[in-house]
Amino acid sequence: MVSPAHFIALSVILFVIGAVGVLVRRNAIVVFMCVELMLNAANLAFVTFARMHGALDGQVIAFFVMVVAAAEVVVGLAILTAIFRARRSASVDDANLMKY
Amino acid sequence: MTHSIVLAGPAAETTRLLIYWVLAIGSVAAALGMILARRAVHCALLLAVVMLSLSVFYLMNGAPFLALVQIIVYTGAVLMLFLFVLMIVGITAADSIIETIRGQRLWAALAGITMLILLSLVIGHAVIGPEGKSSAQFGNSNVTALAHLIFTRYVFPFELTSALLITAAVGAMVLAHRERLRPKPTQRDLAAARIASSHPTPLPGPGTYAQHNSVDMPALLPDGSQAELSVSPVLSGAGRAERPPALGGPQPGGEQPPAVPGRAPASGPEAGDQ
Repeated sequence: MVSPAHFIALSVILFVIGAVGVLVRRNAIVVFMCVELMLNAANLAFVTFARMHGALDGQVIAFFVMVVAAAEVVVGLAILTAIFRARRSASVDDANLMKY
Repeated sequence: MTHSIVLAGPAAETTRLLIYWVLAIGSVAAALGMILARRAVHCALLLAVVMLSLSVFYLMNGAPFLALVQIIVYTGAVLMLFLFVLMIVGITAADSIIETIRGQRLWAALAGITMLILLSLVIGHAVIGPEGKSSAQFGNSNVTALAHLIFTRYVFPFELTSALLITAAVGAMVLAHRERLRPKPTQRDLAAARIASSHPTPLPGPGTYAQHNSVDMPALLPDGSQAELSVSPVLSGAGRAERPPALGGPQPGGEQPPAVPGRAPASGPEAGDQ
């Protein structure tokens, strides 16, 4: 029997994988994808809790998360192309002008 | 609706369990592959696998609307946006595997394991009840019930998201806009540059037509060597090992016609080039 605990466990695992990806990867686009993975994991938890409590509010919040994620991706990828145009690189290590 | 078929009845319990385990293992494997794969395109495709599995999980949890939104918005729009940007940025051969911060991987793995343990402890201590009893709002009237909630209780956040989306769209346009630093080259300028270059004739077309005609296949010269000029620099950056990267040439995505040789000095420094 598939219980909500199954889905919550899966969402925890996916979230951790996404977080590790953000820490490890250096291509900015892949870092972005890992952030998306974390958002998706959170969404899965929202949807599961909505089902568990028998109320739809969790699904509404998940919907809002999707909208915000879409906006975030649009702006983030525009920033990435701008950085790439200026510096010819998509690596997060190369955007270090403000470091010192 | 599909999900009522998947969900209905106690007989479907085994099916649900089977679907859950297959897709859970598949999505975790795809997520792991995503952080291990070196090519960004592979990462994007593996992310698509994860997202599609998640949409099935949404269906199993009585969220058919969100499942479809997940497929349409995430897999359809967001991932395609990722792929488009990958095409623009040039599918660089692979992420470098040299650590710039010493021990970064090790510490990241440790942090991940710690996080996993902490979160497992949290959800282990929490009481995660069984599924609430099935009602129509998790079934066929899901969309209606969601619409009712969005336009009554959540109407203000909903309006705010519209402001957010407009801001994001305008911001993306501003960021993607580039200033023209020099006047647009006229046809006369182009012709003069072409004659002045060492290569006044059109560039050779790609493809060795006896075997391949794909655009990333360099044409062969009479002596059997490969004509690098016949492949767009965007594609040759995509990295076959035997092909030297030719990213120094005319830049991808510029406002110039891409394949005119000898325009490299004219098109070299662009906005913000150091």
